[in-house]
Amino acid sequence: MDLDPLLLARIQFAANISFHILFPAISIGLGWILIYFRLRYTRSGDKAWEYAYQFWVKVFALTFAMGVVSGITMSFQFGTNWPGFMEKAGNVAGPLLGYEVLSAFFLEASFLGIMLFGKNRVSNRVHLISSFFVAFGTTLSAFWILSLNSWMQTPTGYHLEDGVVMVDSWMEVIFNPSFPYRFFHMLAASVLTSAFLVAGVSAWRALHEVDGPATWRVMRTGVLLAAVMAPLQIFIGDLHGINTLEHQPAKIAAMEAVWETGREVPFTVVAFPDQETRSNRWALEIPYGASLILTHSPRGEVQGLNDFVGKHPPVAVVFWSFRVMLGIGVLMLLVSWWAAWQLFRRGKAGRPVLMALAAMTFSGWVAVLAGWYVTEIGRQPWIVDGVFTVSDVVADHSSATMSGTLFGYILLYLFLLASYIGALRQLAKKPAASLQLGPTPHFDTSARA
Amino acid sequence: MEYWLPVFYMAAMGLALLVYVILDGYDLGIGMLLPLAEESEKDVMVASIGPFWDANETWIVLGVGILLIAFPIAHGIVLTHLYLPVTIMLMGLILRGVAFDLRVKAGDHRRTLWNRAFFIGSTVAACAQGWMLGSYITGLEDSTLSLVFSVLTAATLPALYLVLGCGWLLIKTEGRLLDRAIGWARAAVWPMGLGLLVVSIATPIVSQTIADKWFSLPNFLWLAPIPVITSLLYLGLLLMLRRDELLQGSRNWLPFAAVILICLMAGLGLAYSLFPDIVMNRMTIWEASASVKSLQFTLVGVVITLPAILVYTLFVYRVFRGKATTLSYD
Repeated sequence: MDLDPLLLARIQFAANISFHILFPAISIGLGWILIYFRLRYTRSGDKAWEYAYQFWVKVFALTFAMGVVSGITMSFQFGTNWPGFMEKAGNVAGPLLGYEVLSAFFLEASFLGIMLFGKNRVSNRVHLISSFFVAFGTTLSAFWILSLNSWMQTPTGYHLEDGVVMVDSWMEVIFNPSFPYRFFHMLAASVLTSAFLVAGVSAWRALHEVDGPATWRVMRTGVLLAAVMAPLQIFIGDLHGINTLEHQPAKIAAMEAVWETGREVPFTVVAFPDQETRSNRWALEIPYGASLILTHSPRGEVQGLNDFVGKHPPVAVVFWSFRVMLGIGVLMLLVSWWAAWQLFRRGKAGRPVLMALAAMTFSGWVAVLAGWYVTEIGRQPWIVDGVFTVSDVVADHSSATMSGTLFGYILLYLFLLASYIGALRQLAKKPAASLQLGPTPHFDTSARA
Repeated sequence: MEYWLPVFYMAAMGLALLVYVILDGYDLGIGMLLPLAEESEKDVMVASIGPFWDANETWIVLGVGILLIAFPIAHGIVLTHLYLPVTIMLMGLILRGVAFDLRVKAGDHRRTLWNRAFFIGSTVAACAQGWMLGSYITGLEDSTLSLVFSVLTAATLPALYLVLGCGWLLIKTEGRLLDRAIGWARAAVWPMGLGLLVVSIATPIVSQTIADKWFSLPNFLWLAPIPVITSLLYLGLLLMLRRDELLQGSRNWLPFAAVILICLMAGLGLAYSLFPDIVMNRMTIWEASASVKSLQFTLVGVVITLPAILVYTLFVYRVFRGKATTLSYD
């Protein structure tokens, strides 16, 4: 078997980072949702909120552990797979990753112990503060990582010296042009992902009639959050797209499968982009659409892929990933509003709504992955846009080593993913046997860590 | 600045990795001991490390992080060369880390499976780390001698972790499990001692550079306290492990402290052997260092956060002081 080591290195890194992002995508949002449950309980003394916390903190612990172990893998793979990246861009990547570990990783990892197991060992206040540090740590972690990723997309504040990046201004490096958009896009994605997880699992439990009132209360929280975040996310995504058009026009051209530069560019709803003939086979188009969306003017100019021959990403995969993300985004909006309308206007949700929510439990994952494929594959062939290409920095492992370890990783990750979902199912199935939500508030969960 | 910044980062990296070996060492050691315990005892053993393991593991990320921040060129060389053991270690750490949760959340029928995963993950990670250490000391060469040495360290580090794990159990457990832990400690202390002795003798044999650094006057006299103190600590450890009343009493933390000091001594010896090379015989810390501007920028962060990390780490250990009971989310 003769596979290109560069391709293998990319697939391996992509497999790892795809697996990893699934868990922060939940824990960033879920951390704050847990604080909300905690505060509601502290304020009202209503056992249902404590019950909600007890249930979801277990999911959080599991998710967090999966995120930590796959995140540690990431920190090593920068060096094992892309040694050239650290040699050339280490002056930027090193400090940003370093600040992530020092300011965020230690914070969340240390206070997690108190958050999970320390409720009886510290005061309510200290426990709340610990939970806050964990949630804050996960968000801060995202801040540094997205800053570095954004710098790779839109590098500023540096100059090259003998082919090595030297920093001129840290403010410009950290707050590079695409950073604010990518950061808030990812945070909103995480909140949406966890909102649908919370709503979906609760709907599943409601369908199976596990734990009545508390389940419904949690579902309402998830649905309301999703209904608010879905339109907000579409708005942020639109801003992000306009920013990308300004800085990475080749990526936008691939996302929209636009080959020729022009004005009055239509929006291609579906098509089969063919890189051989450099054209779209069978395209369904909306006139003026792309110009309107990207420049907010029907006459706006959109650059085509033919302006970037040899320096643009593979078109079909970026085009389709973008449509998957967009499709799920719209679906999220429709389902969350439909569910919100039933839950809050009629006080009850019917079976179709519950089934739709349950089916959408992991929809956030698909959208997050699709979105990352758009932005990461859309950056190819560059690793730092316009500065270094991916092939400049790859390690020279034999393809036998690479395919062997790749096989091992993929097997492990599939097994872990199945175990994770299996464990969620186990947790969801189990009613809190000793929980009485009636007038006698006797609360003694036998849940063990 | 050009001289001292890399030295500072080298020291910080060494410290982070030393703290990692001690902290994750004890919980990997407990993972390796897991099959020896009875079902109910397994829960207590896992509970004794449950609140800490996550933060413990972060120290290796900091160590590798500093390698990346301060010595980006060496980071590439070292990790490319150690690709295979690093990958194996990561898979072990992944398995061990998820097993913490899944052994109780995946349902009772899966418990045995995840207990086994916990054990295998811990053992594999410990052995892979020993292998990496050996390979690093011998300058990342592919010679047979280097390979033999790596096998030796791959057996010694897990033995050290086992004793650390026992030491932690002495502090955190009581009753029958404590009796068992005492038995394990008495057994595990021998392979550890043998391993450390053989590695200490083998190191100057496999590395001429290290031999030259140690066996020349007056260096030898300055360095003599390191092996002498280590030997005394080891003897002390042996004596302590023979005294039941000490192990059952309030000074049961002494064996753990002795092993920590042995780790510290080994760390000092290793640091002296390697300095100033970041890749043995190939690259000094100054040749591998990042730009002064980048190092200064991160220095600010290190100076502010590291003391804070130490303070809240101590705080967490204080919160969970005393004997371990089964963990609960209450």
